[in-house]
Amino acid sequence: MNSATPPVRVIKARRSVIESVRRDLRTAPLTAWFGMIVILLYAICAIFAPLLAPYGESEIVGKAYQLSSPENWLGTDQIGRDTLSRLIFGARNTIGIALITTLLSFLIGGSLGVLAALKRGLLDQGISRVVDAFLAIPVLIFALMMLAVVGKSLINLIIILALLDATRVFRLSRAVALNSVVMDYVESARLRGEGMGWIVFKEIVPNILPPLITEFGLRFCFVFLTISALSFLGVGIQPPTADWGSMVAESKSLISFGRPAPLYPAAAIALLTVAVNFVVDWFLHKTSGLRDGH
Amino acid sequence: MVTDKKRVKGETLLDIKGLKIDGYSDDVWNPIVKGIDLTLKRGEVLGLIGESGAGKSTLGLAAMGFARPGCRISGGSIVFDGMDLIAASEEQRRALWGSRIAYVAQSAAASFNPAHHIIDQTVETAVAHNIMTREKAEADARDLYKRLQLPNPNTIGDRFPHQVSGGQLQRAMTAMAMSCRPDLIIFDEPTTALDVTTQVEVLAAMRDIVEQFDTAAIYITHDLAVVAQMAHRIMVLRYGNLVEEATTRAMLKAPTQEYTRSLWAVRKLQKPESISDDIALRIHNVDASYSGSIKVLDNVTVQVPRGRTVAVVGESGSGKSTLARAITGLLPPSRGEIYFNGKPLPRELKDRDKDTLRRIQMIYQSADTALNPRQKVRDIIGRPLEFYLGLKGAARDRRVVELLESIELNESYIDRLPGEMSGGQKQRISIARALAADPEIIICDEVTSALDQIVQEEILSLLMRLQKKTNVSYLFITHDIATVRAISDEIVVMHQGKVVQQGPKSTVLSPPFPAYTELLLSSVPEMDPDWLTGLLAKRSKKIKAATA
Repeated sequence: MNSATPPVRVIKARRSVIESVRRDLRTAPLTAWFGMIVILLYAICAIFAPLLAPYGESEIVGKAYQLSSPENWLGTDQIGRDTLSRLIFGARNTIGIALITTLLSFLIGGSLGVLAALKRGLLDQGISRVVDAFLAIPVLIFALMMLAVVGKSLINLIIILALLDATRVFRLSRAVALNSVVMDYVESARLRGEGMGWIVFKEIVPNILPPLITEFGLRFCFVFLTISALSFLGVGIQPPTADWGSMVAESKSLISFGRPAPLYPAAAIALLTVAVNFVVDWFLHKTSGLRDGH
Repeated sequence: MVTDKKRVKGETLLDIKGLKIDGYSDDVWNPIVKGIDLTLKRGEVLGLIGESGAGKSTLGLAAMGFARPGCRISGGSIVFDGMDLIAASEEQRRALWGSRIAYVAQSAAASFNPAHHIIDQTVETAVAHNIMTREKAEADARDLYKRLQLPNPNTIGDRFPHQVSGGQLQRAMTAMAMSCRPDLIIFDEPTTALDVTTQVEVLAAMRDIVEQFDTAAIYITHDLAVVAQMAHRIMVLRYGNLVEEATTRAMLKAPTQEYTRSLWAVRKLQKPESISDDIALRIHNVDASYSGSIKVLDNVTVQVPRGRTVAVVGESGSGKSTLARAITGLLPPSRGEIYFNGKPLPRELKDRDKDTLRRIQMIYQSADTALNPRQKVRDIIGRPLEFYLGLKGAARDRRVVELLESIELNESYIDRLPGEMSGGQKQRISIARALAADPEIIICDEVTSALDQIVQEEILSLLMRLQKKTNVSYLFITHDIATVRAISDEIVVMHQGKVVQQGPKSTVLSPPFPAYTELLLSSVPEMDPDWLTGLLAKRSKKIKAATA
């Protein structure tokens, strides 16, 4: 402005990330808080499962099909394992696998999507048509088929589900990246002579992150439900590893005797799905620009 | 046509008293309109002018009893033909909208549904309000098309919105608003997105039809010369307050407020012309086309002297932006050569070295899309410093602050995101980003056309000062003749990919003109309420003389 400004100063630091996170949390609605607390509890269960669970994951502690008792709060299953312990260990397996699968699918689908949007032409056509073909087949049937071909193993399960999910992620990331690619700031970066890496990760990705993170929350739920469904059908996570889907499958017949056993793992699945969606909703609302200004 | 007995001139149609409107942002309600009185008589056209953020669009919508999402009417009264619109129920208001109060938006292209024929959308309101049968409404629409001087009025309605030009679509939208013969039409910047040559036709058609049906209108714009042609009375708004109100002629002759006078002064900015033979950039016989078919540039030769400004003028589709793409290497020319400092410039962007890229920088029309909304000013301006000059850390930040000061902003802006700045400030940041590379040539593509007049003037004088300081050359692409007058040393007039005329400013802007330059220059609205009438009379006389 005027010439009277002192010459050399330390330029003040950026506003810290922690500060802005704290500001966001202050304004979070009740539902988001509920969701965050539930997710936190699940995370604690998953991480500290061996410490929290009263018994081991596949330890037989009594007779089969016991009712609730002071020793086994939620009773025992068909071979006499403690249901509560298996529920806690199940959190670790089910959530852990779902998280790895979703991350993998975003890594593959997201990077291919942005690349297709940026390069267009043959590359885009090629990937898009392959993805279209995959999208024509229902996920569950395709997963069942592939598992039958390559064999039931945890690694196979994760890879197959991640690849199938990556097709959906590809569609979304390509679509949102297309909006960003045509912007003048991308052209300006190209005119500056920037490389592909800078354009993708510094110019485009930050702008398409909000929809992708939201999608991450939703896809996580879907993957999670798909794994539960596959486990229920007996091709997902294999016994004696505890997971909620197969726990529902194993105890399903008890429902006709008026026993709540299958409802515990089912409720665990439902609660987590609802909680994740609450948080995602809040995030979507926060970043969608529904509020003016800012 | 339907002539209502109630349509008598002189009777008050709209009466707004002490209107206050708040907008919600950053978790608080901020006043946007701060207690404005407005009265409108039947058949009267009222012009609302002011910069963006003056509250003119909000006030225009409030005249319909409508508050945009995120806005609320917090005080005052709006009485339309005896009916209190604030107290009225949603249904009562909806019965009025479209039938008795109509709205013409800025961008017709965004307001039409691209999947339906134009005529279906024109008659929709009349049919929905049960005012006319479909057959009658369609016949009426064709009549309106004719009155609005649309070509082929009987068949144009069967086209889709993308099959007609922007000016035609804007007139079709006026026909849509007219379909129920409303008592009041609100025009919200209806010609801002149009070229000057098209603007004249649209203005004439709109003024004519409003007069024919004796409709009252509120005309919102930031262009004073336009409002002078349209309005009987003008209200100047600023920050949600009324600055001045007078009849058009009185206000043009003797504005009483300082702010109103500053609106007038903008067009008086003028740089003395200076010619130089030291050529920095020479475009020689260049042809260019998209996908090989139609030539968008046809044998274009332009020279840009060092430290001078060459303005490229023309309407949209004249190839002026394509010229910029050819120079930057985004669209390699199919023929001809571009010389930079006497050496031929590689055609393709990817064949140019970093230092060549540094010397040619570009500033875009819309800073909203040219600045990455997720990057802070520090990174936006800092990146070219880092990339071209290798500055890092504190040295880079210090240079960023110097650049901020050279564009008349200060250190406090360094951590802002583009969304936290005004349009003018964002455009300044774009300028600083171009300057950071220490370029020899800056291509300015319509850099002021998205800005208000006062901000335009500030940006233009900033650019001139920077040119004096750094001896940078500008290739200034614009469709606005006022801007050209203000900033240029030389002018290149383009039409349909060809250079129609070029030379020093004084030569190009004084007669005799080639036909196209004449059309372009005569279409620029002047601050004279009789300008449009005079122009139309002159043009029709010419046509008559030509046919006789």
